[in-house]
Amino acid sequence: MRHILPISAGLVVVVIAVACGGGPPPPPPGPDPDSLAAAQAEQRRQDSIAAARQAEQDSILRVRQRIQAEERRAQEDSIANVRAETNRVRDALARRVHFDFDRSNVRPEDAVILDQKLAILQGNPSLQIQVTGHCDERGSDEYNLALGNRRALAAKRYLTDRGIAESRIMTSSMGEERPLAMGGNEAAWAQNRRDEFTILSGGDELRMPGM
Amino acid sequence: MKPPFWLGLLAIAVGTTGAAAQDTTVVERGVRIGITYEPGVRPGMLVLGGERGTALDSARTIIARDLDYSDEFEMIALPLGDSLSLRIRPVGEDSYTASFVPYVNYPLYAALGADFAVNVHPETDSSVIVTLYDVPGETVRRELRIPPLNPAARDFRLRVHRIADEIVRAVTGVPGIAATQILFINAGRIYRVDFDGHTIQGLSTPGLAAMSPVWHPDGHRAVFMEWLEGIGPLYMLDLDTGRREVIAPTVGSLNYAPAFSPDGTTLAFTRSDSEGTDIYTYNLADDCCLQRLTVGGFSDNLSPTFSPDGQRIAYVSTRPGYTQIYIMGSDGTGQELFAPFAYGVSGESHAPEWSPDGLSIAFDRYVSKVSQIFVMDVGNRVVRQLTSLGRNSDPTWAPDGRHLAFVSSRTGSNQVWIIDMETGRVRQLTRLGEARLPAWSPRIAERTN
Repeated sequence: MRHILPISAGLVVVVIAVACGGGPPPPPPGPDPDSLAAAQAEQRRQDSIAAARQAEQDSILRVRQRIQAEERRAQEDSIANVRAETNRVRDALARRVHFDFDRSNVRPEDAVILDQKLAILQGNPSLQIQVTGHCDERGSDEYNLALGNRRALAAKRYLTDRGIAESRIMTSSMGEERPLAMGGNEAAWAQNRRDEFTILSGGDELRMPGM
Repeated sequence: MKPPFWLGLLAIAVGTTGAAAQDTTVVERGVRIGITYEPGVRPGMLVLGGERGTALDSARTIIARDLDYSDEFEMIALPLGDSLSLRIRPVGEDSYTASFVPYVNYPLYAALGADFAVNVHPETDSSVIVTLYDVPGETVRRELRIPPLNPAARDFRLRVHRIADEIVRAVTGVPGIAATQILFINAGRIYRVDFDGHTIQGLSTPGLAAMSPVWHPDGHRAVFMEWLEGIGPLYMLDLDTGRREVIAPTVGSLNYAPAFSPDGTTLAFTRSDSEGTDIYTYNLADDCCLQRLTVGGFSDNLSPTFSPDGQRIAYVSTRPGYTQIYIMGSDGTGQELFAPFAYGVSGESHAPEWSPDGLSIAFDRYVSKVSQIFVMDVGNRVVRQLTSLGRNSDPTWAPDGRHLAFVSSRTGSNQVWIIDMETGRVRQLTRLGEARLPAWSPRIAERTN
């Protein structure tokens, strides 16, 4: 659009010239009419140049603003992308692993869930997480704190054995104190025997590793 | 009152004694003149009526229930259900006098089946005299002079409980357990309840979940864990003032199942962290010297309990693959399996507590996937099952070493129950939404310091 600029500036000059060229004003009395007309013409020329410059400036400003808006939009799109990806990673991180009754070994079908967390931890080196072990309501209340701790440590060990630094994974246990599902049946118990994963730090912007 | 009325009453009393006795367990009623207490034979106990008054009536009711709950006596139910019928008063006297000496109708009490009778009567200065009569011996066994009782006072019930405990002591030689309390958890909060189920009081912060309450041996303090954003520090709570302090080395980690050494100087507790679950001790008296007693590696060690001489600690270990009861020196040496274990037969065992007399350890163990209360004789390691109804867990000893409180699901919800190991008698202590992790106090004496 930049090529339109001289044309529009020329148009402005023509328009001003036509408007001002209409019916000659009655010659004012006093000074020399010729020199007065020359001065007026010179003034008109100056004005039209100023107007053209102003128009040019305005158009530059408009273009700048548009570019800035486009850049801002692009930036916002990329923030949204990062945010969406971060949320996907968070969801993947939060996926629970479950355990058999009174057991703390990682079940083969749950290893894939931990493998995904392993990749996320590898792809996001500043990420620190907490693993909290939980139990079903059966068994001694206090023993279940120890069992939950063992379940949290089992997930941690799975990750540290595969190269994640110990310092990046905190563990804790809530025993049977925070059941997800109520009810004294195996369906509820199976849900409650679990590890939960939460982000401690470095989770503001997370990349999903290529997998 | 005229003699004919008394004779009539005596006739009624004798006539109804047989019926009353049938309501309770069969008790040998041989000749027991000048009785001395023999284990296994429960003497008959009668709490007499007398002068009316709020304090006196309450005291009589509380004492009668305490003596009943001691499980040491065959309580005599009074004919007509009115203790006033047996008020102690000289026959023929019309008015009360300061020089009044109680008329004790030994033959009547003997006819009712009583070996002992308790009389609570006021003095003119409004103090109270509690008298224990030896009925067959026709003598006063014990007399207690009590400062005036005010039913509105905060310690009224505890003071009356102490009187009941003195009566038990006068008969058996060992004080009763009425002046004790039990801590437990309901909906995450620590509560305290009197031994008779009265005066339930919340102690820990509402809205924060607490666990693992235990009594300091002085009976005036408790230690417990309170959850704080995923970690569990231990706190010491002064039960009289409500002041609480964190136990320093437990800040920032998950600590639970604590136990006091009998002298109160050392706290043993369980810690779960990145190194697993193990038992630690901390010297509270000098506020120093955290010591790790067990190094589990792949096994967990938890729930310590001291022997009464303070020399040994029984605890739970997962070392055999199953949770079992282990024993070690209080310095962590000589760790070995304690309760005999047969693979596939001895179920998972938890929550051991050493009896106050040092002779037994109570714990819960799974039988056919349901936990039950067991007691092991420390001397010969013979294990005995005490419960079979519902799920039963977390036993805690009364200071008399014959009662245990425990959690039972027998009525559908988890509640605290009390069992007398000598008679097998069971009573329900709590009736709340749920109750768990009970801890029975020592005898609570008046605070001296």
